[in-house]
Amino acid sequence: MPDATKRAFGAQQRQSGASMKNLEGAVVIVGAGHAGGTVATLLRQQGWRGPVVVLGDEAAAPYQRPPLSKAWLKGEVGLDGLLLRKADFYDQQRIEVRTGVCVAAIDRAAAAVVLSDGERVPYEVLILATGTRARPLPVPGAALPGVLSLRSMADADRLKAALATARRMAVVGGGYIGLEVASVARALGVDVTVVEREARLLARVASPEIAAHYQALHEAHGVRFAFSAAVEAIEQEAGRVVGVTLADGTCIDADLVLVGIGAVANTDLAEAAGLACRDGVVVDEACRTSDPAIYAIGDVTRRPLALYGRDGRLESVQNALEQARLAAADLCGKPAPVREVPWFWSDQYDAKLQIAGLPFDGISRVVRGNPAQGSFAVFHLTAEGMVQTVEAVNAPAEFMIGRQWIGQRHVLSASRIADCALPVKEIAA
Amino acid sequence: MPTVTYISFSGDRHSVDADIGKSVMETAVSNGIPGIDADCGGACACATCHVIVEQEWFERLTPPDDAERSMLEFAVDPQPCSRLSCQLVVTEALDGLVVHTPSTQR
Repeated sequence: MPDATKRAFGAQQRQSGASMKNLEGAVVIVGAGHAGGTVATLLRQQGWRGPVVVLGDEAAAPYQRPPLSKAWLKGEVGLDGLLLRKADFYDQQRIEVRTGVCVAAIDRAAAAVVLSDGERVPYEVLILATGTRARPLPVPGAALPGVLSLRSMADADRLKAALATARRMAVVGGGYIGLEVASVARALGVDVTVVEREARLLARVASPEIAAHYQALHEAHGVRFAFSAAVEAIEQEAGRVVGVTLADGTCIDADLVLVGIGAVANTDLAEAAGLACRDGVVVDEACRTSDPAIYAIGDVTRRPLALYGRDGRLESVQNALEQARLAAADLCGKPAPVREVPWFWSDQYDAKLQIAGLPFDGISRVVRGNPAQGSFAVFHLTAEGMVQTVEAVNAPAEFMIGRQWIGQRHVLSASRIADCALPVKEIAA
Repeated sequence: MPTVTYISFSGDRHSVDADIGKSVMETAVSNGIPGIDADCGGACACATCHVIVEQEWFERLTPPDDAERSMLEFAVDPQPCSRLSCQLVVTEALDGLVVHTPSTQR
């Protein structure tokens, strides 16, 4: 399609609120993670007939990342169990997955992506699913070989190999990645100290009640904690990590350091191409960027959060899959899928944490159940009594019903939520 | 190799060969069967792999554990023969298994 026609087509479709494209056109997807692999599959399922090309910079075809900090690290699943689809699936579906390729630039004027070796891959529709990278720790010694982070399968391989011989691990950052790795390391008999900048665990992502529960759980498994602690340097002897020095001068012995201090959105390509970015590629509810021919999905996006009347960047499989569904439906001219409540989970030891909703406006929290018994849920309520978030530990019923309440904007009474004599089903009655 | 058949809400049938030891969910996802999203990858955490098992097969399955039962009880529109397909492990005895995906999973 000539450029001018394409622009007119795009503009007209945007006005009508659906951006169904020419189903014979070429879709190029940059990023072969959960989001990129899934949107390719969904495009075929929903009738896209043109070429679908997935460009990934890792060696493997699209795979699941969550097990990397859990079952994969413990050796309970192999590559076969991680891969999203069976090997011949993409060929059968006429999806071209190119692994180990690096995209250097987006040439919007020519509607092509440029690979690092200069090859140009033309697109009619471009989908950015570039994900995130681990935030680096800006201290001396952070580049030592025994200092690792965890995002990719290659990272997980390195960590798994290091854990096999490590005796003492320092985990920098008391977030989900660090805590999940800590729980695996303890199972493998490695000593663990978690160093956290804030005064408690999961400071940005979970309530104090959940943080306290997980701290106690880890302590019961022998994990030590340093809170309100800033890392000053990673110490070495003969090129090997021997410890972590904190700002107060304390030195924690460690022969392995895992840095889990958050993720940075891979917006470089989008920014260089002039797409609107703000800690993430800015997209609308159908995952369209500021260029009608370019979509973005997954961890890299700053997306509308309709339930909460704002935008945000979500790092979760649920978000990746939801946005893959939204983009595929929009491109293929299908009705938009039902709006989802964001949710997330984490497995540590024998505790399953499931969180639904986002804790923006919750002004009060209600605990249902007894944390000491290992099964409870924390409900966050707004001033009006609407449930904004539920954090459930080994409490799947509370998670499931909480997720529904959030989506339905139910107003509930705190005392009924807290009353364990009342079955979950009758709380809203 | 056992065969598992997935029937969508709109009646589309997909029959696929299943590896013994894999779950019915993993088999669906690895073959790109529509309607089984399995957001959590099999951790029994999301109920997006909800299926309705045909009666004759339902009785032959290992019963759900407490976690699955709770998830199912609060899944969208649960049926008497509802299961989470991530908890159903393919065995030789399940050759011919037929499951339906609910209307909410498309």
